[in-house]
Amino acid sequence: MELLLDSLFNGVAIGSVLLVAALGLAIVFGLMGVINLAHGELMMLGAYTTYVTQLIFKLPILKPFYNSYIIVSIFLAFIVSGVVGILLEKTIIRKLYGSPLETLLATWGVSLILQQFVRSVPLAYGTGLVISLLIGLFLPTTFPSKIKESINFKYFKFSSWIFAALTGVLTGSLISSSVSKLSRASARNVDVTAPSWMRGQVEIIGTAFPKTRLMIIVITIISVIAITLFLNQSAWGMRIRAVTQNRQMSDCLGISTEKVDIITFGIGSGLAGVAGVAVSLLGSVGPNVGGNYIVGCFMVVVLGGVGNLLGTVLASFGIGIMTDLIGAGRLLSIWPDMPLPLSNTINFFATTSMARVMIFALIVMFLQFKPTGLFPQKGRMVEN
Amino acid sequence: MRISRRILAGLATASLAVTATSCGGGGTSGSFDDTVTVGILHSLSGTMAISESTLVDTEKMAIEEINAAGGVTVGGKSYKIEYIVEDGASDWPTFAEKSKKLIDQDGVPVVFGGWTSASRKAMLPVYESKDAFLYYPIQYEAQECSNNIFYTGATPNQQSEPATDFMYKRSPAAGGDFFLVGSDYVFPRTSNTITKAQVKQLGGKVVGEDYLPLGNTEVAPIISKIKKALPEGGIIINTLNGDQNVAFFKQIQDAGITPSSGYYVMNYSIAEEEISTIGPEFLEGHYGAWNYMMSIDTPASKKFAASFKKRWGSDRVVADPQESAYNMVYLWKQAVEDAGTFDDNAVREALVGQKFDAPQGPVEVMPNHHLSQTVRIGEINAEGGFTILEETGVVLPQAWNQKHPSSKGFACDWTDPSKGEKYKL
Repeated sequence: MELLLDSLFNGVAIGSVLLVAALGLAIVFGLMGVINLAHGELMMLGAYTTYVTQLIFKLPILKPFYNSYIIVSIFLAFIVSGVVGILLEKTIIRKLYGSPLETLLATWGVSLILQQFVRSVPLAYGTGLVISLLIGLFLPTTFPSKIKESINFKYFKFSSWIFAALTGVLTGSLISSSVSKLSRASARNVDVTAPSWMRGQVEIIGTAFPKTRLMIIVITIISVIAITLFLNQSAWGMRIRAVTQNRQMSDCLGISTEKVDIITFGIGSGLAGVAGVAVSLLGSVGPNVGGNYIVGCFMVVVLGGVGNLLGTVLASFGIGIMTDLIGAGRLLSIWPDMPLPLSNTINFFATTSMARVMIFALIVMFLQFKPTGLFPQKGRMVEN
Repeated sequence: MRISRRILAGLATASLAVTATSCGGGGTSGSFDDTVTVGILHSLSGTMAISESTLVDTEKMAIEEINAAGGVTVGGKSYKIEYIVEDGASDWPTFAEKSKKLIDQDGVPVVFGGWTSASRKAMLPVYESKDAFLYYPIQYEAQECSNNIFYTGATPNQQSEPATDFMYKRSPAAGGDFFLVGSDYVFPRTSNTITKAQVKQLGGKVVGEDYLPLGNTEVAPIISKIKKALPEGGIIINTLNGDQNVAFFKQIQDAGITPSSGYYVMNYSIAEEEISTIGPEFLEGHYGAWNYMMSIDTPASKKFAASFKKRWGSDRVVADPQESAYNMVYLWKQAVEDAGTFDDNAVREALVGQKFDAPQGPVEVMPNHHLSQTVRIGEINAEGGFTILEETGVVLPQAWNQKHPSSKGFACDWTDPSKGEKYKL
């Protein structure tokens, strides 16, 4: 019983890391059909946001709230990655809808740029840049409609960008002067330390579970519920689904497909940022952190069936549980006196490297029989 | 037209003259008779840059020190050492290519370079075919002995073997079972083969072994294996590389695998530099084994640390690989002075037997092109350094490990032409 519980928990823990990382991609790649190779780098931005938030919360003014920095950083990471994602959509991806190969190359280029960006720009000024982007993109939308409709709107827009740039430079230099660790660029990996309440383990029914893993599971569950509710219950969610199923028809019926694209991509990218927070709790934060996850993310989305959230959820937990079963050699402890050749085979695959080989082989085999994944979506997107 | 051509010609001559003087200008400063240019070849970009750039800093410092003390004296003439730094870019074929450039184009008498075993394996054929000389400063898995490479880092019997012995006999987990964790590449696998043979000799038991593919940070399956194999605590030998250590130590602490519950990790790739990256709060109470530790309380060690901090910044630390890099520059200088020439073959002969008072204590070059060194076992403390627990005497290097099944009973001796790279003892 205890063994089963332990194995199940481990599987869910590994699966939830995969799921939270793949959730944003399930929307961007699944619903929109954009092959976004910069998804991992959007995760990386989320992880760096956690690091920056942690350091800012160490300042004397915010010190009393230090323990809650991780909660704050989840929202900040969503915003930061979301804003960068929106910029990416507006400048590059929009021009490339319907040409997957070009999108693939362009987003790969973006991923390289983002990696080099965090290496060679001090994080304080990086933060400033994100703040100016945020203001520049959203300030004009808050103007009263009278101004928006006037012919001089472009001047208003321009001046709001100037304002945004100034604020960005100011906050950048403010952060850089108050937190010395953020004032110098460095290619060195940095470290996010979980607040004390999140370290150690809790005991549930006689088994001890690491708290950080539980936290990641909670983050994942909340993200999945929130995104499901948003897609199925809200007006914008309905529009997104409508555009996914039939873009031209939705356009004819008065849905602004352009806005839908921006919102969908922004949310997908924002979720990548949330995944970055989760990942930063497990390992170190560096320019390459996202690259380690990108293959796994695509694997989960393809296995689950493109365009289906339920499939993504099941695929990631499935892979998680398989990883634990094979990698930790669990079958041997469940059935200790199995015949020798079988137990030798299981022992052979019971290392992390070989378990990965095995899982990839299983997935390839599965896709031979069901090339569209677990739950293929019936709709225009798939037919095309 | 004619005038302009004349002006152009004049400009060209002038610029040539300027370059000529600027070239010579560097060398004729002060009281040097001539200059000699050496090659430095480490990764200045890519994933290894963080580690390897510290070696470049150390080698530059050693060269500056030698120059300040009058340079290299060969045949009554004093030479100022100058250097060309090349970037290996964390890409192994680039190391080979840049080696060729340094040897053929720049004509350097010696190259100080490399970090990963992969980069050394890529460079080895270049140096052997051109009969040039590479100085390699990193602790490594041995099982190699080239006439054209001089290894100043530790061999397994100068690091992992004393460490395993300490863990099994004298650590708080003495007599416990072993679990081996490493990154999936040549050094951890070779090192663990040796450790397994040694544990068997000692009468202990290795109850598990796992390798994490490079770049992978999902250690949950490894943790559950450790818990299953060592339910009551025990000894973990860790040869993980770089960032994977961060994930490993964060997660084992959360899973309750800590010194206070009886699990002790011995690390072969964590020095002062890495402790500060991972965070001492995750490592406190675990162990490391090195030839040099910054906390060595001798004047030579303190002077080394102080001059490095003075040259490169007070927040910098020195660690074992840097000390090896520092030693090799001085050993080369001594060998050149003894040989009385910069010629490779003469220097190689003069090198064997060279002694140097290194920051770690006295070292001596052995006939197998490795160094005799002192081994230290340290416990990682809250300040991010090592508390040195024990120190061996001088340990002779084994290029061919005596515990590894494939090299048992073999040795290397380049001073005796009949023996060479690998002969039976």
